[in-house]
Amino acid sequence: MTSVVLSTHNLTKHYGSGSTRFDALKGITLDIRDGESLAIVGKSGSGKSTLMHILALLDQPSGGELMVDGTDAATLKGKKLNLLRNRTFGFVFQQFFLTPNASVLDNVMLPLKIARIGSRERKRRAMAALTQLDLVDKAKNKAVNLSGGQKQRVVIARALVNNPRIIFADEPTGNLDSATGAVVEDILFALNKEQGITLVVVTHDDELAARCDRRLYLHDGLVVDAVDGPTSKKKTVHA
Amino acid sequence: MKALDILTTAIGNSFRSRLRTTLTVIAIFIGAFTLTITNGLGAGINDYINTQVASIGAPDVMTVTKPVKATTATDGPAKYDPATASRVTSGRPGASTLELTDTDIAVIGAIKGITAVDKSVSVRPDYIEWQSAGKYVMSLGQFGSGIKIDLAAGKQFTAGTTALEVIIPTTYVATMGFANNAAAVGQTVAIGITDALTTQTSIDATIVGVQNTTLLGSNATVNSALKNALYAAQSVGLPASSTTQYASVVAHFDGTATKAQIATIKKDLVTASYEGTTVADQIGTFQTVIDGIILVLNAFAVIALLAAGFGIINTLLMSVQERTREIGLMKAMGMSAGRIFGLFSAEAVFIGFLGSAIGSGIAIAVGTIVSRVLARTLLSNLPGLHILSFTIASVGTVFLLVMGIAFVASVLPASRAARQSPIDSLRYE
Repeated sequence: MTSVVLSTHNLTKHYGSGSTRFDALKGITLDIRDGESLAIVGKSGSGKSTLMHILALLDQPSGGELMVDGTDAATLKGKKLNLLRNRTFGFVFQQFFLTPNASVLDNVMLPLKIARIGSRERKRRAMAALTQLDLVDKAKNKAVNLSGGQKQRVVIARALVNNPRIIFADEPTGNLDSATGAVVEDILFALNKEQGITLVVVTHDDELAARCDRRLYLHDGLVVDAVDGPTSKKKTVHA
Repeated sequence: MKALDILTTAIGNSFRSRLRTTLTVIAIFIGAFTLTITNGLGAGINDYINTQVASIGAPDVMTVTKPVKATTATDGPAKYDPATASRVTSGRPGASTLELTDTDIAVIGAIKGITAVDKSVSVRPDYIEWQSAGKYVMSLGQFGSGIKIDLAAGKQFTAGTTALEVIIPTTYVATMGFANNAAAVGQTVAIGITDALTTQTSIDATIVGVQNTTLLGSNATVNSALKNALYAAQSVGLPASSTTQYASVVAHFDGTATKAQIATIKKDLVTASYEGTTVADQIGTFQTVIDGIILVLNAFAVIALLAAGFGIINTLLMSVQERTREIGLMKAMGMSAGRIFGLFSAEAVFIGFLGSAIGSGIAIAVGTIVSRVLARTLLSNLPGLHILSFTIASVGTVFLLVMGIAFVASVLPASRAARQSPIDSLRYE
C-alpha cells in the first residue's frame, strides 16, 4: 500500500469577480500516490497549469482542500512553506527558466544555495546531478550557449539536485524536437522508476501522457476522465 | 541562502548589466568624491586652526573687558553720567567697552575660579634693531605671556625670569640681517620706544626663539619682564590716572579647567557685568565660519548623492523587471521574501560601496597631491597648513552615508521584488 503525498478535495480556483469572474477550477478531487507518475492532460485553458501551480504550492486555491503529506496546505506559511517548497518539489518548465549568463553549474546549484548548503557540498551534489545527466563537460558553459535539449537536461539536473520527492513537469518537451523530447522523457521516467521520485506531468501531448501510470483529463476546470495504466509501449528513441 | 551567498550573488548580479552599473556608480562617485573633498577641506582647515590655538593660545587665560550696556539704534544717546568711566572702542565695529580700574580688578579677582588678574597694558614699541643693521617697525602680538609658541628655532620664554626676552617671527629674520633662524637665537637686539614727552629710549633684549608665521599675522612676542620695562619707559610723563585705567585685563585660571568650568567663570563674569574671552573663543570664530561654509558645501554633495540615490532606484527597478522570472523561480524553490529583499538591497549597497570606494579613493589621491602642491606654492606663507586632510573617521562617515542612501534607495525596488508571487513571476512574458 503506497501512501498519498498530495490529495485535494473539491479544489476550486477563480479569478476576478462579478461579471469578469472566471472559474479556472470547478472542484477537483484527486490523490497522488508516492512514487507514481501522473499526467494531467488537457487543452490550453482547461485549468491544468492552474492545478499544477496549486499542487506545487505556488498558488493558493479559492476553495476546497489541499493536503500535503497529511498536512493542510492552508496552514503552511512563511518558513515552513519555503522549506517544503525547497525540499519537496522540483520543477521542469517548458520555458526552462535558466539564468542565461550564469554557468550551468551555478544554475544547477541554485536550489542548494537557497537551502543554505555549504559551497563544497553544493558543488559536489551539483556535479553528481550533472554526471547523471551527462552534462559534466558543460558545467562551466553559460546556460545561454546550450541547445534546447541540453537546457532541458540542465533544468532536470536542477530539479533533481536537492533530492525532491515530487518533480512537476510543465510541458517538459514542448520546446523540443521529437528526438530530443524523447530523450528528456526517458530521463524523467527513469528518475521515476529508479529513484522513486513522484512525477506529475502537465501536457497536451497524448503520447507523453500515455507513458504515465495514470492520466487525468481536464476540461473546463473539471476532471472528465481518469485512466489507469500505461496505454502504449515505450517509444523508440532516436537520440 | 546564507548571508555570504546573498552578498556574493548580489555582487555577481550587479556586474550582469555592466554599463548600467557603471553609470550608477559614476553618479555615486561624483557625490562621494565631492563629499570627501569638502570634508577633507573642513578637516584640513580646522586642524590648522587647532594647531594655531595651541601655539598662540594660552589655555589658562582669558581677556576680560567691561562692555557698555547695549542700546538699540532707535533709543537715542544715553544720559551723561560723570561717574561713568571713559569708553574705549575696541573689538567688533560698533562695539565699545568701558575702561577698567583697580576696583574692577579686585571684583574680577574675587570671582570663583580666577587665580590671578594681570593688567593688560598696551605697549607700542617703535623699532627693533640688531647690531646697526637697520631699524625696523616692531609690532607686538595681541596675546601675552605664559603661552606656548609654535617655534621654528630656539626655545620658549624662561619661566619667572627677570631677563628681558623676545621671540621674533620668521619673517623678521632675514630683514633684520640674520643668516638664518638659528643664527638669530641668543642675539641681543635694541627695542626703541617713545614716551609721553616724545623722548625715545632704547631697551636691550635677547632673542630666545623664532616663531612660525601664524594665522593672526607675524608679530613679535615679549615676556612679562620686557613688557613691564617697555610700559614703564612708555609711561614716563603720563598723569597717574591714565596709567591706572585699562582697556582690558587678563584673568588667569587653572590650566586644567574643563570647558564647563570655563563656561561657569564666563557666566559669573557676565553676572558681574564683565565679558571674558579666551583665545579659543577668538579663534573659534574662524572655526564657526569655516564649519558653516563646509556645511553648505557638504549639503551640495549630499544633494548630488540624493540624485544618485534615484539612479539606484531606477537601476534596481529595471533589474527587478528583467529578473522577474528568476525571482519567481527562486521563490518557487523556497527562497523567502526577506532574502529576496536582502538580495536586491545588498546589490544596491554594493553599488554604493563601489561608488564611495572609487570616489573617496580618487578624492584622497587628488586631494593629497593638490594639498602638497598648494602647501609649497600658494599657501607657502602659512606653514603647517594642509588644506585637505583626510581622517579615517570622515572617510568612514562618507562610506556609511553613501551605503545608507543606497540601502534606502533599494527599499522600493527590493520590496517590489520580495512581494512578487512566484506564479505571476513565472507567467510573466
